[in-house]
Amino acid sequence: MNITVTLIAQMIAFVAMIWLVNKFLWAPLSAMMEARRQRIADGLSASERGKHELKLAEERAVQVIKEAKEKATEMLAQANGRSNEIIDEARNNAKTEAERILTGAQAEINREVERAKQELAKQVAVLAVTGAERILKREVDAKAHEASLADLVARV
Amino acid sequence: MSAAENSDGGSVQYIQHHLTNWSVGEGFMTLNLDTLLVSVMLGALIVFAAMRVGRNLQVGAPSGFQNFVEMVLDFVDRQVKDSFGSRDNMVIAPLALTVLVWVWLMNFMDLIPVDLIPAILHGAGMEYFKAVPTTDLNTTLAMAGVVFLLTVYYSIKVKGPMGYLKMFLFHPFGKLFVPVNVLMTAIEELAKPLSLGLRLFGNMFAGELVFLLIALLSGAATIGAALLIWFPLQVVLDLAWLLFHILIITLQAFIFMVLTIVYLGMAHATEDDH
Repeated sequence: MNITVTLIAQMIAFVAMIWLVNKFLWAPLSAMMEARRQRIADGLSASERGKHELKLAEERAVQVIKEAKEKATEMLAQANGRSNEIIDEARNNAKTEAERILTGAQAEINREVERAKQELAKQVAVLAVTGAERILKREVDAKAHEASLADLVARV
Repeated sequence: MSAAENSDGGSVQYIQHHLTNWSVGEGFMTLNLDTLLVSVMLGALIVFAAMRVGRNLQVGAPSGFQNFVEMVLDFVDRQVKDSFGSRDNMVIAPLALTVLVWVWLMNFMDLIPVDLIPAILHGAGMEYFKAVPTTDLNTTLAMAGVVFLLTVYYSIKVKGPMGYLKMFLFHPFGKLFVPVNVLMTAIEELAKPLSLGLRLFGNMFAGELVFLLIALLSGAATIGAALLIWFPLQVVLDLAWLLFHILIITLQAFIFMVLTIVYLGMAHATEDDH
């Protein structure tokens, strides 16, 4: 029960123990736990960042969809306008064409009428001559009356 | 049953036999070999376990023993942070951990049946063997002494030599009572390591003594009808004291650690903190 040199030996042993425990357990383990803490913190911040990015991406997606919709509507309106234009154009073209054809036909008809009239006039002249011949019972010299006949035809 | 061998007034001898160290040398130069052997062996056990854990640490998913060690380390770290604050000190935390684990293991030797180790070693021709290092005053005072030296070192380091001297001269009564102050502070400073070492020693020694007394119960009764009463009683008492003693050894290790931290924290306190 006496204080002996054992005390000093135990002190040395104790100091050595502290040093060894620090070297082999405390230092590596606390460094590891700090590393783990850091890793968890990093993971948490990364997940937070991921969440934030997801939110941004969602917002962006909504924006893009909205823009696409707007564009589509615009394009649709444009297409509608263009088709109306085309239809109008076609209608106008058809109208002018129809008018042109109509005018041509009218002219043709007029010409035909004119020709028919002339034909008729000629025949009327011939008929008139023939009639006159019958009435006069003699040959009318066509040559002698050609001038007055032509004048007649022109008048018809 | 060494007690049975020397019954009839052999109780005193039995106890004294158990409280004698295996030692070499005379007077102050005595080396208590059992104390040294057991404490160093337990220390080696701790270092071995520490190396095993420290060599392959798992950051991601720790398992088994590492979990347990981390729990202990976390606990010690929290104690240090509570009492010591966030002051930067590379020694205090490993010191506290060492104190807790080592003292607990040395105390734990108390739970081994008191006659077991001496009986085995008696067969090997060894006369005396005291298995619990913390029932040796040398061990507890050695640890307290190291803590004391550290407090002196850090006091001087933090306060400066003049600050440390001032603490002796003007504390606690101010400038008018310098001699009284020196005396008071010296007593105060010396009482810390002494109480630290003696508390642990006293508790462990007393616990060991109770175990010895319980062991004497059936030892004192010779073979016969009386043994039928004493033997079960010894078993029951021994078990009860064992269970209670688990608390004591843990509590004493914890107290030693906390006081170590507190004393070192006080050493770090500057003038303004007083």
